[in-house]
Amino acid sequence: MITLPEVLILAALLFCISVAGIFLNRKNVIILLMCIELMLLSVNMNFIAFSHFLGDIHGQVFVFFILTVAAAESAIGLAILVVMFRNKETINVDALDSMKG
Amino acid sequence: MNADLMIAIPEITLLALACLVLVVDAYSKDPLHLLSYWITQASLLITLGLVLYYFPEDASIAFHGSFISDAMSATLKAFICGISFIVFLYSHEYLKEHQCLKGEYFVLGLFAVLGMMIMASAYSLLSVYLGLELLSLSLYAMVAMQRTSSSASEAAMKYFVLGALASGMLLYGISMIYGLTGSLQLITIADVINVDSANRMYLVYGMIFLIIGIAFKLGAAPFHMWVPDVYQGAPTSVTLFISSAPKLAAFAMAMRILVDGLLPLLSDWQSILMILAVLSMAIGNIIAISQTNIKRMLAYSTIAHVGFLFLGFIAGTATGFAGSMFYIISYALMSIGAFGMIILLGRFGFEADMLDDFKGLSERSPWFAFIMLCFMFSMAGVPPFLGFWSKWFVLKELVASGFVVLAAVAVVFSIIGAYYYLRIIKLMYFDKPDSMTAIKASRQMRFVLSINGLAILVLGLIPNILMSLCLSALAG
Repeated sequence: MITLPEVLILAALLFCISVAGIFLNRKNVIILLMCIELMLLSVNMNFIAFSHFLGDIHGQVFVFFILTVAAAESAIGLAILVVMFRNKETINVDALDSMKG
Repeated sequence: MNADLMIAIPEITLLALACLVLVVDAYSKDPLHLLSYWITQASLLITLGLVLYYFPEDASIAFHGSFISDAMSATLKAFICGISFIVFLYSHEYLKEHQCLKGEYFVLGLFAVLGMMIMASAYSLLSVYLGLELLSLSLYAMVAMQRTSSSASEAAMKYFVLGALASGMLLYGISMIYGLTGSLQLITIADVINVDSANRMYLVYGMIFLIIGIAFKLGAAPFHMWVPDVYQGAPTSVTLFISSAPKLAAFAMAMRILVDGLLPLLSDWQSILMILAVLSMAIGNIIAISQTNIKRMLAYSTIAHVGFLFLGFIAGTATGFAGSMFYIISYALMSIGAFGMIILLGRFGFEADMLDDFKGLSERSPWFAFIMLCFMFSMAGVPPFLGFWSKWFVLKELVASGFVVLAAVAVVFSIIGAYYYLRIIKLMYFDKPDSMTAIKASRQMRFVLSINGLAILVLGLIPNILMSLCLSALAG
């Protein structure tokens, strides 16, 4: 039987991987978008685990909202990515450095 | 009619009108989008009217406890609508002049206003999150709207990635708080923590993530990386929008989460906010000195102002929170004015976003040099302008709660900050202008910007009006 702390630790690990991915990745903006998705999914895992072990439905409802918002969010993210590629002709993270100070 | 729907009538109306703008604009062939513009402005005024007409005497809760209408939410909503009205007026001027007017700008703007209103009224963590996302997603798209601009798309990408990271942090915090208290409703969360604080350590763990999310959205150091880049890269009309009304919504979010939901953990979040406040004031005020781009300078000044905003929260009393509310409202009024001036001085193919563009403004236009002087003195906190009273109010509450050292630190940083505001006044009054180009702006823009500047002065002369408004909003 899987216990609550086990699921929480897995979710926390996934969360850490995604945050590390955002900060360590210097190559590709698409990987950033994937990290963001992973982060939201790890939170979903947290919610479902709590919802299951508390016997409370609200956590699962929240997950549906997060999934919907994540879909809208990645749509906007990809649209911005296309605009950026047209202007800069690269999707390299290092190319995002024209403003400093 | 359903009582729940009546409580949310301003939001529902705004949603319907935003959809109307969307449809009208799809059929419009007008390059100036005048019809969409006027419907947008009318919808903001109608919503403002409804908020004031249905101003709640007592707090009423709707939609199974996820929506609240109380004096604080109604006051903030009224200011959000009013400030957005001025923002759209300035924006229309800017977009027309720079020939990047698109109808979607108004639709997205109205949806962002709707998101802000939901944040102001949110009473469960779910509605906080949904309001925040509605606001953020609209803003990401608005920043990227100038499609041919390389810096705008770069700013949009940075804003998007860091904003999404912040939402993720906030969500992780929400999930921890939900798991520990078994509820998403802020009032139940507060009750549960009051009764049983056995797992306080885990609650603080969740709360830290919530605070990171809030700090990201407000732009407090050390989560401020996006602020200067977005302010500089975005079209000035969007910067104007981001720096004003959404700050009121972020204040509302902080109030709802920290005060309505997590007040039993006051002593814990006080010490975290103290670090954020001191760092924000230090980084904001010191780095702003070295800026040559005025949009970037104002971005760092925002960071410093957010530090001040936190001081009211740290005071931890209802009057302290009222001080913060006063601070953020007066900041929004100053900020739209300062960015409005940048729009006023710009023209097609030229953004007046460098400090040197303000050189000798008093010779080109003595009146608008005076208006800019009002904004800069007010931001620096010189009496009798509004900005002085907002700082005074917050510091007074902070001292009353016994944080004398912190108040002294804040005063020192605001004196450092005065340098770069006064530098603009020096440039305007004591330097020679590079060119004597006449200011080209419509009569309504000039009129509203003048009113905006005079309001800072007049409200500063009679600060009790706004102060009592904030106090009564938080008395309940």
